[in-house]
Amino acid sequence: MKLLKAYKWALLFLLIQITIFFINNKVGKNAFDITLSNLKEMLLLIPPIFIIMGLMDIWVPKETLIRYMGHGSGATGLLIGFVLGTIAAGPLYIAFPMGVLLLKKGAKLSNVIFFLGVWSSTKLPIVVFEAASLGVSFTLIHIAISIPLYLLMAFYIEKSVSKESISLIVANAD
Amino acid sequence: MVSSVLYAVAGILLLVSFIKDKNKTKKSIKVAWMSFEKLVPIVLAMMLFIGITLAVLNQSVITTLIGSESGVLGAIIALIIGSIVSLPSFVAFPLGGTLLKAGAGYMQVAALVSTIMAVGIVSFPAEIKYFNKDIAVKRIVLSFMICIVFTAVIGMVM
Repeated sequence: MKLLKAYKWALLFLLIQITIFFINNKVGKNAFDITLSNLKEMLLLIPPIFIIMGLMDIWVPKETLIRYMGHGSGATGLLIGFVLGTIAAGPLYIAFPMGVLLLKKGAKLSNVIFFLGVWSSTKLPIVVFEAASLGVSFTLIHIAISIPLYLLMAFYIEKSVSKESISLIVANAD
Repeated sequence: MVSSVLYAVAGILLLVSFIKDKNKTKKSIKVAWMSFEKLVPIVLAMMLFIGITLAVLNQSVITTLIGSESGVLGAIIALIIGSIVSLPSFVAFPLGGTLLKAGAGYMQVAALVSTIMAVGIVSFPAEIKYFNKDIAVKRIVLSFMICIVFTAVIGMVM
């Protein structure tokens, strides 16, 4: 029953794909192929990120993480958020469990939100790839606009969210 | 290429961890597996949904909607489409490149690529589950605004 509840959306969309297949074979097959190739890509990508996350959870003591990313960590915390966000790959939703883990370990919310912002805009390891696909000026403008604005967003969200609701998120994470 | 680097890093860290402490390594893998189990139904649902969307809106439909002649309206459409789906950057960039070659405009591609990476309405329920509604709404709305700024600048400059 619990399993059914977790997979209810997946089942619904699968049913829709099957229905589309019966209405229009070509579109249905196309949808299935796109799903399969994206899924393969994602399932290949997630395990190493989660292994690193698991190791971080067990090995990095809370005190250390608070020192480097907690309140009073200043620019260091932001820099670590930046590095974590820019080197990891994958769609944004893979970053959510990682962000919650950082919160759980005592990171400041603004550092976590900045991490999400960097994750969703700046990818230094594939910056050459972006420039090759879309052009150098496109890439530079993308980075130059994203980083300061996501920084502002991080500060704003940190200010506007209460301490209690953050402790609630941490409590829910376990 | 990105994933082979990640596998190498994860493998090395796992090995070091195993040499130092078997028990802690076991625990780490358990944590990783639990996070994985939690994410799989979400990924599955999202991939099925994106598959439906991309199959119904094929490339020729997309280029008509967001071609270089489509102007501000095309950029708005691209902002909306991009906000719904969520793809990793290494898929989004080549997709943008393909669309440019197929006749889409720079402004429209900027709108699409930036929102595909940053907004993520499909993962909104997951974001609420991990964080909360307040943070998820604020992050999505503000990210969307940042994408608008970026799109506007690209539209003016390029």
